[in-house]
Amino acid sequence: MDRKTEQWPLWEVFIRARQGLDHKHAGSLYAADAAMAIENARDVYTRRNEGISIWVVESKFIHASNPDESASLYDPANDKIFRHPGFYHLPDELKNI
Amino acid sequence: MHATEQELFDSKISQEIRIEPKDWMPEEYRKMLIRQMSQHAHSEIVGMLPEGNWITRAPSLRRKATLIAKVQDEAGHGLYLYSATETLGITRDETIEQLHAGKAKYSSIFNYPTLTWADIGAIGWLVDGAAIMNQVPLCRASYGPYARAMIRICKEESFHQRQGFEILLTLSRGSEAQREMCQDAINRWWWPSLMMFGPNDDASPNSQRSMQWKIKRFSNDELRQKFVDVCVDQAKVLHMDLPDKDLKWNPDSGHYDFGEINWDEFYEVLKGNGPCNHERLEARKKAHEEGRWVREAAAAYARKKNHNHALI
Ligand SMILES: [Fe+2]
Ligand SMILES: [Fe+2]
Repeated sequence: MDRKTEQWPLWEVFIRARQGLDHKHAGSLYAADAAMAIENARDVYTRRNEGISIWVVESKFIHASNPDESASLYDPANDKIFRHPGFYHLPDELKNI
Repeated sequence: MHATEQELFDSKISQEIRIEPKDWMPEEYRKMLIRQMSQHAHSEIVGMLPEGNWITRAPSLRRKATLIAKVQDEAGHGLYLYSATETLGITRDETIEQLHAGKAKYSSIFNYPTLTWADIGAIGWLVDGAAIMNQVPLCRASYGPYARAMIRICKEESFHQRQGFEILLTLSRGSEAQREMCQDAINRWWWPSLMMFGPNDDASPNSQRSMQWKIKRFSNDELRQKFVDVCVDQAKVLHMDLPDKDLKWNPDSGHYDFGEINWDEFYEVLKGNGPCNHERLEARKKAHEEGRWVREAAAAYARKKNHNHALI
C-alpha cells in the first residue's frame, strides 16, 4: 500500500492578465509535462478569466539571488542617486522636461 | 554592531515586513506555519467531501453548476495552500502522508454529515462564513506565501457564502416542509460552525504565540464574537432561529451574548470520534490510491516523450 510513486516535476506558473501587461508569477503546481502544467494552470489560476496567456517553466530551471548576500549584491546602486531625475536642480520656468 | 538573525527577524515582524521562504526564521515559527498551513490545506480538500455528496442530487441545473464550481474552488484553495506550505521545506508527499496517517488535522466541521439539500445552504452560509471571518485577517499574515494564498482564496470565497445563503433564502420562502428543512440544517450546523474558531482564548496557548508573530491578528474569541454578531442579523432575513436560548443583545458590550459551546463534543470530534471522521479519511486514502495509476501513467508518458525527443 505504501508504494512510493515518483513525484511529478514542479512548475512555476506565469500569467498575462490582459493584452499589454507582463506575465506575472501566479504560483506553482505539479504536472507530468508542460502540456499538463498549462492545463492545470488554467484550472487552478484562471477559473475567473484572470489570464489570456500562460507560461510554465520547471522550477528547477529558476535560479534565485541569495537574500543573505543582498547587501553586497545591491550595493553598487546605493550611492548613485544621480540616476534619478530629481537629482538635478533646474529652474521652475523650464517646462516640458 | 551586527544584528543577529533573530533580531533581524523580529524587526521585520514589528515593521510589518513579510517573511519570505529563503529568509531566516525561528524553527518554532516554521513549525507553527507548517502545522497551520497544512491543516488549512487539508481542510479545503476534505471539505469537498460533504458538499460533493450533493452534486448529483442538486435540485436544478443552476444549483448543480454552482455547487461544482464551489467544490472546484475548494480544490484550488487546497492546492494554493499546499504549494505555500512546501516553501517551508516540507514536501507534498509528506503533508499528504501526515493527513492519511491521522497525524495532521483538518477542520472538525467536515466530520459532520450532509443529510439534506438544506445542509449545502447552511454550509455555504455558516461554514464558509466562519472560514471567511478567519481568513480575511490571514491576508495580512507575516509569512508572504501564506498571505498571498489567502488573498486569492478570500477573493473566491464570497460567492461561496452568497450561494449558500441564497439556497437557504429560497427554502425559507418555500413550503412548510422546506422551511422545516432549512431550520433543521441551521440547528445542526450552528454550533459546529462556532467551534470552527477553536478553543476559548484561555485554552489556546498557541494562539498567543501566533499573534505575537502576526500570523493571526485576532483571537479565537474575538473572531467568534464577530461571527455571531453578523449571523444574528442575517438569520432575521431568513426568518429562521439560531438554536441558542442564551443568545441576547448586550447593550453594555455592544455584542450578542451567546451560550456555552459544548467543548466535550469539540474535543471528541477532534480526537476522531465525530460522526464522519473515519469515512472522510477513508475517502481521501481511497482517492489517493485509486489515482496512483493515473499519476504513474502520466509520468511514464512524459518520460517516453522526452526520450523520443532526445533521439530526434
Ligand atoms: Fe475554501
Ligand atoms: Fe469556500
